[in-house]
Amino acid sequence: MIQFVLLISRQGKVRLTKWYSPYTQKERSKVIRELSGVILNRGPKLCNFVEWRGQKVVYKRYASLYFCMCIDQDDNELEVLEIIHHFVEILDRYFGSVCELDLIFNFHKAYYVLDEILIAGELQESSKKTVARLIAAQDSLVETAKEQASSISNIIAQATNRRKQSNGSCPIVNGRWLTKLHFPRHSLTEL
Amino acid sequence: MASPSLMDTLFQRSLDDIIKGFRHQQSSTESIFISRVIEEIRREIKSTDLQTKSTALQKLTYLNSIHFIDMSWASFHAIECISSPTFSHKKIGYLAISQSFSESTPVILLISNQLRKDLKSGNEFEVSLALDCLSRIGTVDLCRDLASEVFILMSSSKVFIRKKAIGVVLRLFEKYPDAVRVCFKKLVESLEGSDSPIVSAVVGVFCELAAKDPRSYLPLAPEFYRILVDSKNNWVLIKVLKIFVKLAPLEPRLAKRLVEPICDHMRKTGAKSLVFECIRTVVTSFSEYESAMKLAAAKIREFLMEDDPNLKYLGLHVISIMAPKHLWAVLENKDVVIQSLSDEDPNIKLESLRLVMAMASESNLVETCRVLVNYALKSDPDFCNEILGSILSTCCQNVYEVIIDFDWYVSLLGEMSRIPNCKKGEEIGNQLIDIGMRVKDVRPELVRIARDLLIDPALLGNPFLHRLLSAAAWVCGEYVEFSRNPVELMEALLQPRTSLLPSSIRTVYMQSAFKILIFCIHSYFLQKEDMASEVSHLASKRECSESSGLATDKALVQSDQDEGFNPRDSNQSYEYPSVVDTGDGQTSTSTFMEKKSTMHESIVNVLNLMELVLSPLSGSLDVEIQERACNVLGFIELVQQEFSNPLIRKEANLDREEEIASRVVEWLHDGFSEELGPVSVTAQDRVPIPDELVLKENLTDLEAICGGVELPAPVSLTSPYYGQSAVFSVSNLQAEEDSEPSTESSSLLTEHRKRHELYYLPSEKNKILANDYPPANDPSSGINTNDATEDLVKLADQSLVSKRKPNHAKPRPVVVKLEEGEAAPVVSKKPELKDDLLSGAIHDILLGNEAKAASSQSNPSDKSSSKRKGKAKHVDLPDSKENLAVGEQPNHENPSSRRGKHRGDGKQKSKKSQGKKNGDGREDDGEKERQKIRDHHGRHKSRQRADAPIKVVPQTPDIPDYLL
Repeated sequence: MIQFVLLISRQGKVRLTKWYSPYTQKERSKVIRELSGVILNRGPKLCNFVEWRGQKVVYKRYASLYFCMCIDQDDNELEVLEIIHHFVEILDRYFGSVCELDLIFNFHKAYYVLDEILIAGELQESSKKTVARLIAAQDSLVETAKEQASSISNIIAQATNRRKQSNGSCPIVNGRWLTKLHFPRHSLTEL
Repeated sequence: MASPSLMDTLFQRSLDDIIKGFRHQQSSTESIFISRVIEEIRREIKSTDLQTKSTALQKLTYLNSIHFIDMSWASFHAIECISSPTFSHKKIGYLAISQSFSESTPVILLISNQLRKDLKSGNEFEVSLALDCLSRIGTVDLCRDLASEVFILMSSSKVFIRKKAIGVVLRLFEKYPDAVRVCFKKLVESLEGSDSPIVSAVVGVFCELAAKDPRSYLPLAPEFYRILVDSKNNWVLIKVLKIFVKLAPLEPRLAKRLVEPICDHMRKTGAKSLVFECIRTVVTSFSEYESAMKLAAAKIREFLMEDDPNLKYLGLHVISIMAPKHLWAVLENKDVVIQSLSDEDPNIKLESLRLVMAMASESNLVETCRVLVNYALKSDPDFCNEILGSILSTCCQNVYEVIIDFDWYVSLLGEMSRIPNCKKGEEIGNQLIDIGMRVKDVRPELVRIARDLLIDPALLGNPFLHRLLSAAAWVCGEYVEFSRNPVELMEALLQPRTSLLPSSIRTVYMQSAFKILIFCIHSYFLQKEDMASEVSHLASKRECSESSGLATDKALVQSDQDEGFNPRDSNQSYEYPSVVDTGDGQTSTSTFMEKKSTMHESIVNVLNLMELVLSPLSGSLDVEIQERACNVLGFIELVQQEFSNPLIRKEANLDREEEIASRVVEWLHDGFSEELGPVSVTAQDRVPIPDELVLKENLTDLEAICGGVELPAPVSLTSPYYGQSAVFSVSNLQAEEDSEPSTESSSLLTEHRKRHELYYLPSEKNKILANDYPPANDPSSGINTNDATEDLVKLADQSLVSKRKPNHAKPRPVVVKLEEGEAAPVVSKKPELKDDLLSGAIHDILLGNEAKAASSQSNPSDKSSSKRKGKAKHVDLPDSKENLAVGEQPNHENPSSRRGKHRGDGKQKSKKSQGKKNGDGREDDGEKERQKIRDHHGRHKSRQRADAPIKVVPQTPDIPDYLL
């Protein structure tokens, strides 16, 4: 089973953490420190597996983001690579050519997507279409809920939304944030 | 409250604002920014407006998951959010909960009701949220309370919900095994369904369950087989293969059915992940099917030929699984393996290193090691040590099975320890000692290597090599008779740079130097005695020489005349005549005269050197060093009189002073030349427990009775063991005990202890130390120890007069291997009670399904699980009791800290119990024996512990043939 999922940027910044096994807050930051030290230092042409504390960490780099999943000793590494790719493809579809910035600003949405793909450390949905449909349905629920919210906060929300939009259209930051997570079609993808 | 809330609502910063804020911060101001935001959140989260509250919670969750800010204080607010009727608030609340809640979160029980409400909700997405949350945070209580809701959801009309409910079942079973009774049947039914996502989820669950306890799922094998043959979904197939890997070893008939479909998949599929899983399944479980193995090997070959480092790594990895049984697979790919040794990827390098070592055999070991050691010199420190480690572990397998030429191996060990990056000093040291004890013939070479290591001052500065040096020092001391030049060894052991060593290792150095000194003086005496009275003492000499003679015979072959002082020569010329040819000895006596003066001189030099080096150490702060230094100095003082004016002594060599000195030396020498052998881990097992020994007795009453009385408690505890030790007492310890009563008795004790330190379980060390060294600064014990030492001195003096003969133990045969138990004890993991319960429950369900099977297994699982529990308890019981009994000993002894008196009592008791002749020298024996008992006892305990889980292994009834 998958013990945890980590998204780490090339600079070592954490973008997403999801723990399927109990780790205390202290252990979590220790794990991340250790792993980012190991993974970020690996060269580009090395294999995507790291033996770590009797477990295996499978990672894959997409543009500036490292997607890492920690699995048990007898799990299938290639399968987990597929899961990572699956996750990235769904994110890509959902955000429309996803970039790191999308995950930064919509960190909760990335969690929601992940929740539809994995449950209790197991893959629960292998169909991209289904996941997309479920996420969309939940988003619309959230939207209607927002509309029903009290008028004043509704106004505020709209105001902030407008502001956000204006901000969002112009690149806030330097270009590297906006690099699209490109997918070299994974040589193994057949599932 | 209302107005700040409104203000908060109006001007609350959204998550986006926070994130943007972060991005404008420098890393230096980040922490200030965070604390400001947290302050804000703390205010906002108290708001009555749920919108404000949830936004604050969302911000906090962000900070928690990205910046690891503690959010446990907001647990209750998260619960408030999930009870909101608005979906978006709920969602934020659930996210916060699944990110931050743990078993120890105090408010976790409060969400039970809300979860139930949401699980029953008409909105499928609310249900999904609750399920996700439960799968992540479910505790025992939550799982118990919500099991029935989850069960209902498992038959939900919506695939999406059913799938999630099945996923949650894994957590449910793990936390609350009784849920199996409710849900298991449903789970098995889902396996039969046609909906692919459902089957995928169920197979995932079974895959995890089977990993913990495969036997329970054996009855489901036909279902899995059907999926294996029918399914087109690679995700599912991979999981099913994983399940079969677990099941196959339990049911040999499975293999025959499975091989064909698996090979089929292997041939047909294009998905590498599935191919890999098939390969792994075949090599781990079906290794006896030649054709399948051939196919797997071909596929591995394909992997290795690919450019993808992942495939290469995995290919090498599966070959290493094959290696033990199918070496041909490795040899076939030899070229790739060797080539990969220089791959840029450390993982691939490691795998290929493993394979290279797997290929090593008796014939090519020397060559392989030479290549690897050269390669290690060139590679980076980490990999260098990996190489060294794998050489060491390969060579020592099965008691050095692969090694034919031990001289070569020992010199390889020496070479390896000189590699600059070597961090394997401890392992190399262990092997040096181990080989020394097991392989007699290699000792001369071993001593030579050890000498080279000791003499090299550069090695002393490397902390990784300290254990190695300690081993080298021990080897030199123990096998000094093979040394060409003991004086040189002595100088190496006493060189000033030894101050760099930690004190524990310095003590080994000092002890070894002491042994060498004894050896030198002993051979000097032998020679002298020989000249003085050749005939009269022949009988006793023969006896004395036998012990060293047998050990030395190898060394005697090659003698070296270059050295000024060479006791080995003298041994040779002395001992051989006495054993073999008398005439020869007489002819050589003339040469003794010349040699003797040089020998005498060098001994005086050595004594002076030792005194010079050790005198400052007698004031050392470290008690071990101090004690040893004092012992040696005391001894030197004793013998120095002998050597001070040789001319007078020579005339009156039967003087009493000398008598004492030579006798002491003889005793010590006998003690030191005692052969040590490896101790089998099961040795303790062979000691029968005497009938009168009550191990399970509860001793708490005793404490109550004797609490104030202060004495006989420990004695009465130890005395029953006395009988045991009499049964056990190995002959080689006997000699030491008997020869010990001298002023050096305490040093013998330390010697004995030291031997124990090296070869017995490490935990005993503390105990022994605790028992034998009263804490230096303990004022209360000070008086009594003085008494004790006085007693000891007195006793030693008396026993010097008493003419007890040293009792020789038979020299051990060439111990290369102990008949059994050399292998590491089989420590099977203690199955957790919960798993046990789980498997019991599943068993029950499954066997309940199969009516015919149920009849064969009579136990309803409740009973069986309780029986198992009972069993576990039964096994645990003696363990803990024994613990208590052993723990009592030091507990009684230490705080009361009247060791001297206790010792006296021990003596009386032991005398009584043994009913042996009186003799004050016995006291030390008693003490020692007791110490030994403690040692054995400690080991016994650990053995038992290791044994206990084996007994707990649950038996399961034979599984009927479900496949046929």
